[in-house]
Amino acid sequence: MGEVLVLVEQADGAVKKVTLELVTLARRLGEPSAVWVGPGADDAAMATLGEYGAATVYVAGEAALVDHPVAPAAEVLAQLVAERSPVAVLLASTADGKEVAGRLAVRTDSGVITDAVEVSADLVATQSVFGGSTVVHSKVTHGTPIITVRGNAVAPEPAPATPTRVDVSVALSDAATKAAITGRSAVVKDGRPELTEAAIVVSGGRGVGSAEGFGVIEALADSLGAAVGASRAATDAGWYPHQFQVGQTGKTVSPQLYIANGISGAIQHRAGMQTSKTIVVVNKDPEAPIFELADYGVVGDLFQVVPQLTDEITKRRG
Amino acid sequence: MRIAVCVKQVPDTWAEKQLSGGDSTLDRESADGVMNELDEYAVEESLKLVEAHGGEVVVVSMGPERAAETVRKALSMGADAGIHLVGEGFHGSDAVATSYALAEVVGGRGFDLVVFGSESTDARMSVVPAMVAERLGWAQLTFAQKVDVAGSEVTIERATEDGVSTVTASMPAVVSVVEKINEPRYPSFKGIMAAKKKPVETLDAAGAGLDDAKLGASAAWSVVEDFAARPPKAAGTVVADDGEGGVRIAGFLAEQKFI
Repeated sequence: MGEVLVLVEQADGAVKKVTLELVTLARRLGEPSAVWVGPGADDAAMATLGEYGAATVYVAGEAALVDHPVAPAAEVLAQLVAERSPVAVLLASTADGKEVAGRLAVRTDSGVITDAVEVSADLVATQSVFGGSTVVHSKVTHGTPIITVRGNAVAPEPAPATPTRVDVSVALSDAATKAAITGRSAVVKDGRPELTEAAIVVSGGRGVGSAEGFGVIEALADSLGAAVGASRAATDAGWYPHQFQVGQTGKTVSPQLYIANGISGAIQHRAGMQTSKTIVVVNKDPEAPIFELADYGVVGDLFQVVPQLTDEITKRRG
Repeated sequence: MRIAVCVKQVPDTWAEKQLSGGDSTLDRESADGVMNELDEYAVEESLKLVEAHGGEVVVVSMGPERAAETVRKALSMGADAGIHLVGEGFHGSDAVATSYALAEVVGGRGFDLVVFGSESTDARMSVVPAMVAERLGWAQLTFAQKVDVAGSEVTIERATEDGVSTVTASMPAVVSVVEKINEPRYPSFKGIMAAKKKPVETLDAAGAGLDDAKLGASAAWSVVEDFAARPPKAAGTVVADDGEGGVRIAGFLAEQKFI
């Protein structure tokens, strides 16, 4: 079986869940090899990647690699593609993952597919496009298939292996070092899971009515261990920070459970959440198009229904 | 400073979009064409930079005949000149080919910055700005929520899932902007009238000095094997709140093993 390269996404040295999903997916396509760019690849990280089946971990560990955005990871991968001739390269469908994929495609004369929700053993990628209204199967026909995969597309499944660590050194091109990162501020951690990775997302829209109103949305999210999302109407109004916007011009999420509160369901919003596995809707307007997507819906005032739901969940969970 | 701002005409954000049966490309006829929303922010940011530092803004668009409307819109917002890449040769180009065409056209014209919206609302790939930077060997300053120019240096705030980082480079550079960087202006009546007199170069592949073999559907390195409309969701249960709505949802969630 050929190698499948997976670019590791990490936060402070901890491997992100999406990477474990990608390693799980890579096992169906060939032999998974994780690629770590930057410092921090310690024994714990190796063990985590091994637990999900990484046979090899390539480590390009020089600290300078993370002083420049995007280009260094693309050059590390391009070097490994040239040396190892992998059957495919998988990356997370994040801003960084997609841009690395784009540069890698140019460098290696390869086709690129983004936002796959499934990849079959013969490397046919399934995408859900136009806000989830159309399902497309595509294939890369030139070079090494480079595919970015959305979070939550596959469930991470352990398959313990003891990975071989291979340290690689890369001489960056001048072009890759032209942009320098001079400062970083992490997203303020609110203790909730990351929106695009969360198994459950609780969202609020125009019906929430104010920034204070989001208190009931957050309380419900916390009772479920969920992430909080918002419709564009809510973020445009300044009731909730823009980084939590779900929709065509915001994040695309595909959680196990999506609870939409006070959201009418314009195509702008549906485009970002339509592929959620189970959808629950609370809205006072029975004509709201979001009800067309609902597995379960309640027509009513969210300020009555949502706190009652939060209480009931807390009660049931004891 | 001289800025090229790349804009794309897309089906109206609010319209249902579909693929054409013949070649599995976007059906651009079935919906009204509008300027990609994020590109409006790119045009606005370019105009603001030139207003502050002097220079000119050239709008560049690759797309069918009617994409000329989108070029015209950018001109009516205040851009100085336009380049429209149009012709059968471009139809079906993938991101790799699009980045080739744009990099070739903007590369040799003495621009300090090439500015993009960070994503189009139809393809939603977010890869073309990075690809153009790679091809040109220019600094990549993408996903900017803030852009500052001082002398020959550009500094942006890059906003991604992981937070915000400050990224600096010397020009020339490729910039992409995210929503919220600014409030795009509406074209004024005066702007609309002035736009009619502004120069637009209309170039086909040969006119732009491009290699036909690297463009269009035949040069696309990924192909759509098949597509289908998502089967409509089976209708769910919708109930009116009788004072027990929250409890009923909890019951549903328990049934589905979420709690």
